[in-house]
Amino acid sequence: MEEVPHDCPGADSAQAGRVASCQGCPNQLLCASGAGAAPDPAIEEIKEKMKTVKHKILVLSGKGGVGKSTFSAHLAHGLAEDENTQIALLDIDICGPSIPKIMGLEGEQYVEDNLGVMSVGFLLSSPDDAVIWRGPKKNGMIKQFLRDVDWGEVDYLIVDTPPGTSDEHLSVVQYLAAAHIDGAVIITTPQEVALQDVRKEISFCRKVKLPIIGVVENMSGFICPKCKKESQIFPPTTGGAEVMCQELKLPLLGRVPLDPHIGKSCDKGQSFMSEAPDSPATLAYRSIIQKIQEFCSLHQSKEENLLSS
Amino acid sequence: MTAHSPTWGSPDTLVGSTPASSGPTPRGMQGQHGKYSECGNLAGVRHIILILSGKGGVGKSTISTELALALRHAGKKVGILDVDLCGPSIPRMLQVQGRAVHQCDSGWVPVFVDQEQSIALMSVGFLLEKPDEAVVWRGPKKNALIKQFVSDVAWGELDYLVVDTPPGTSDEHIATLEALRPYKPLGALVVTTPQAVSVGDVRRELTFCRKTGLQVMGVVENMSSFVCPHCAECTNVFSRGGGEELARHAGVPFLGSVPLDPELTRSLEEGRDFIQEFPKSPAFPALISITQKILDRALAQLS
Repeated sequence: MEEVPHDCPGADSAQAGRVASCQGCPNQLLCASGAGAAPDPAIEEIKEKMKTVKHKILVLSGKGGVGKSTFSAHLAHGLAEDENTQIALLDIDICGPSIPKIMGLEGEQYVEDNLGVMSVGFLLSSPDDAVIWRGPKKNGMIKQFLRDVDWGEVDYLIVDTPPGTSDEHLSVVQYLAAAHIDGAVIITTPQEVALQDVRKEISFCRKVKLPIIGVVENMSGFICPKCKKESQIFPPTTGGAEVMCQELKLPLLGRVPLDPHIGKSCDKGQSFMSEAPDSPATLAYRSIIQKIQEFCSLHQSKEENLLSS
Repeated sequence: MTAHSPTWGSPDTLVGSTPASSGPTPRGMQGQHGKYSECGNLAGVRHIILILSGKGGVGKSTISTELALALRHAGKKVGILDVDLCGPSIPRMLQVQGRAVHQCDSGWVPVFVDQEQSIALMSVGFLLEKPDEAVVWRGPKKNALIKQFVSDVAWGELDYLVVDTPPGTSDEHIATLEALRPYKPLGALVVTTPQAVSVGDVRRELTFCRKTGLQVMGVVENMSSFVCPHCAECTNVFSRGGGEELARHAGVPFLGSVPLDPELTRSLEEGRDFIQEFPKSPAFPALISITQKILDRALAQLS
């Protein structure tokens, strides 16, 4: 699928294989036969695999660098504090897999007995290795992660995503379509340049009918370690996540202040919440994690009521 | 020069209404890549610089915009090509969001951000009907638009074309590089923040550059430190040291550290010319120094 014509209508489009630009494409006959429009058998296979996974949460943003991976890691750590809960953290950022570093893993896949991690980062032999893959290959990897990894009995599967609204996001939603995702947690920072992209992500979620658990505003204010006064490093020039959530009628799950120790903990692969249990950022994380758990429990009991009625 | 505004419709129908289908094909645009280099819309562009990172949110678009403004102050004519299709940030940074894009015989006319037409911009942001509409495209469709952005924008005569990219090493990057290769880009400026998590991704971007034969002009470390406006205490909010170490490890020049300045963020949000308005900012000397190095490098390449 490397040689795609200039105006390819898309393999799953109704015009696949039938328009002028399809002439000469090696996949023309396949597309015209309608094979591209048939549902991928992997979707059913993944649905089966996901039967042992109680809750699935996607961590999204439109914007890069807002703290998705940091948040995913700490959500996983927070949920895993209950030893009776089994947590899985799946990193589908194929080009920039940060999760192994943030979780302090080099090649092992278990942080704790009840916290397992999967990432393309584990499959790369050197930290300099680049994954220079086009969309279709990335989609294949994500399919493999979901279908071929033996997840076992999992209470929460957290999926960390790259920024944007492209292949990875479409694929994970498509492949988990039959397995049912509880919802998405959207991460942003306060400034408009981030919110601009986040609104697109929210629009994407609504388009693919993905429920939104709520929004987390990261890097929300900075307390100077010397004078203890607050500054806004990323000024909320248009009202920050609060105004955006009011406009879009979404819950604001919480605001996490910028604590320089968060970055340091991530660099060391340690849980910031364990290293700084009294930090305002830790308290913010814990409150947000609790709200997510409540959402998932409410959602689960609603489903059970539906099934029993 | 005839001009008319195309009707863009929703992002999903974007690629259907292309300049190539609605106007005469410019001379030299047909055929293989190799034939582009002597004619075509990039023939009048002296130097092409790509702004890359592996990591999102390190400030590529900010650095791209600041670099363009600084080059303008140095008397250069600059174009900015924003190939971040999912998160096109630059129109807002230059206060030109919502502007219409017109066509001419050679293709799309870029949007000029000033009266003197010293900065021209092309971004998918201009082609969206609604600013919050998401561009939810898979790779092949993105590749097609990027190829058009590179070949079908009538840039005219430019001293510098700054190409802002999304994070990663995927479709957009491969497509952009393939399309730009015949025009021999000056090189790439690679942006990181100090912490290891960022450096971890940017190392992979440097490998991408090596594998694709793209010269790396150097590494810029952004968000290096924050000076408290109340007490002037300097804090390393995103760890420290990563940028310089990365440059050393990869054997490429370290171009400088740019500190965090909320005034810079604010001025970009409000579309103001930071270089003009904030020469006293802690970020200013770093940005000017980086620009000077690029100017020196361009001069060295010409001679």
